[in-house]
Amino acid sequence: MSSTNSIRHNLPRTLFDKIWDDHVVYQQSDRAKKQPTLLYIDRHLVHEVTSPQAFEGLRIKNRSVRRPNLTFATMDHNVPTSNRSLPLVDNTSAMQMQALKQNCNDFGITLYDMDSPNQGIVHVIGPELGLTLPGSTIVCGDSHTSTHGAFGALAFGIGTSEVEHVLATQCLWVNKPENFEIRIDGIFKNSHSLTAKDIILYIIRSIGTSGGNGAVIEYRGEVLSRFSMAERLTICNMSIECGARAGLIAPDSTTFEYIRDRLFAPKGKDLDNLINIWQDRLRSDNSAKFERTISIDVSNLAPQITWGTNPSMVIDITDSIPYPDEYSHGNDGLKKAALRALNYMDLTPGVPITNIDVDRVFIGSCTNSRLQDLIEASNVVKGRTVAPNVRAMVVPGSQLVKTQAERIGLDEVFKDAGFEWRDSGCSMCLGMNPDILSSGERCASTSNRNFEGRQGTGGRTHLMSPVMAAAAAVKGKFTDVREML
Amino acid sequence: MTPFKSISSKLIPIDVINIDTDQIIPKQFLKLVQKTGYDKFLFYDWRFDKDGNPKREFVLNNPSYRDRTILLVRENFGSGSSREHAVWALRDFGIRAIVAPSFADIFYNNCFKNGVLPIIINHDHIEYLFNHAETVKINIDLTAQSIEFDSNIIHFEISESNKKMLMEGIDEIGMTFNFESYISDYEKTKSTYSLGVV
Repeated sequence: MSSTNSIRHNLPRTLFDKIWDDHVVYQQSDRAKKQPTLLYIDRHLVHEVTSPQAFEGLRIKNRSVRRPNLTFATMDHNVPTSNRSLPLVDNTSAMQMQALKQNCNDFGITLYDMDSPNQGIVHVIGPELGLTLPGSTIVCGDSHTSTHGAFGALAFGIGTSEVEHVLATQCLWVNKPENFEIRIDGIFKNSHSLTAKDIILYIIRSIGTSGGNGAVIEYRGEVLSRFSMAERLTICNMSIECGARAGLIAPDSTTFEYIRDRLFAPKGKDLDNLINIWQDRLRSDNSAKFERTISIDVSNLAPQITWGTNPSMVIDITDSIPYPDEYSHGNDGLKKAALRALNYMDLTPGVPITNIDVDRVFIGSCTNSRLQDLIEASNVVKGRTVAPNVRAMVVPGSQLVKTQAERIGLDEVFKDAGFEWRDSGCSMCLGMNPDILSSGERCASTSNRNFEGRQGTGGRTHLMSPVMAAAAAVKGKFTDVREML
Repeated sequence: MTPFKSISSKLIPIDVINIDTDQIIPKQFLKLVQKTGYDKFLFYDWRFDKDGNPKREFVLNNPSYRDRTILLVRENFGSGSSREHAVWALRDFGIRAIVAPSFADIFYNNCFKNGVLPIIINHDHIEYLFNHAETVKINIDLTAQSIEFDSNIIHFEISESNKKMLMEGIDEIGMTFNFESYISDYEKTKSTYSLGVV
């Protein structure tokens, strides 16, 4: 095993190869047979929805958690975002949250529960608490674990059986995924109206919901080096929406500065030493091979918005609702999907999307609920009011984001304009708590999935950036935010 | 887990591409803490109207398809959320195998942990099966990795470990415990990036 590794180390490797190689616990000698590799997991993040059956499995077999100090839990999917001091309206939600509390207590796992100042969406608090570190492996029973790849960590979502496996062994059997490269080229007009969300929606639009094909996608290009961590997190977050297992961005000084002084991050000299190692190693070698390279030019990008029922059904805000033939380019399956989506979304081809009224606006989710997202949205809202036909809400990604936002007065800006200002959680991204759309309601949402019924049975979701959602709230219809900034 | 060797059944066809796990089991049914009893929630919003009455036109409500155990679907089946509840719902409903041109990868992995066999075959065969879905009978032999219908016998790919997991119904965690010396060795010597360890 060690000899094959040392040979491989002389070959040019991608960032993904390096993190992978660093975490190999056991590798079958015959690689040709495509046997899975036993991979060590540095961080296991846990939430209330996908973990109860895993803990129950441990109990049945009388097993323990191997490394409780590498395991961190929070409640995010079910938590109410208002009136938290009151008993939960939903009994089954309360039971699931109680189960997590009991499980963390029984197995010795740190939990940030509903009343903790560190509570929040698991993919927001991981980076915030310094749990997400470059070069590490991170898993969570949640597909948006790809978010953490923004730090140059190999991070991916797993099912509940695998959650149980990691709890018991701190390892996972994984077939090495393919490694794609997406080059984000062109001069990105990084103004206040074009955002990282527009880039990732455009990527998904370009390669489709299965274009990522279970791969690890490394995003590269000049645009990224100017991006903040919040923007990089948005890009990696939606990697799963093009079918990728993980997104990855090489860490740089922006990454290292973010990590400094975070609660669980190494401190002082220890951190400096690590940064030296990270700087040295955590990048793809010049001649390293990717299985596939995709180039995306973002020079002429307009604000992006979804019209249909999957995150690849995207148009420019200046476009009209597409005709099924135009969308499907002769592909019968895509045509049927377009017809079904138009029917579900109650849309007519040829109508400019800016003619369409919205009922609800949701600014939040693990994609777009960080402080920068809220600041940018507030700049659109400031001095304006929410249209009378719209009910709008802001759900900060964590209680820490909420506190920071309140410190600079964002809560007042939003409330003055007529937004609801909530506590943190997944909220209306998937509507497991009381924040849901009624059937037929149309929502401008900063979340990541516009699937049928995602935000509530019969609800109609349009995905966009925080500034675009803020613009829709003010105008009462989908609006090109460039006209407002 | 029921060991999987071979099955024979007619097909349950659902002719929609990119079916995501939110459709297979909507979020309101993810609040339970047990691992079984999800069959009644399978494809809930496609299967029942807003008053909870079965929608007649949906294939899962067709009594003549009720005893069928093989699902036939289109590309990228199981995309979106990682919820293993999607596989539990299919398994509890009685689905033993799913035939598709492609699967989303977290869903694909989740299948093997629950005794469900996902089979990938090419578009032409998928097209043929959709055209004959009412009557065609399928024989799946996992040992031989073959799927047989009418006069076709098609070989399908599956990794050795996934095949073994299905055929023997093994406890994967118990198997990993056999690698304890490798895991503790890793923890002692190779923890450069295992930052909770240093």
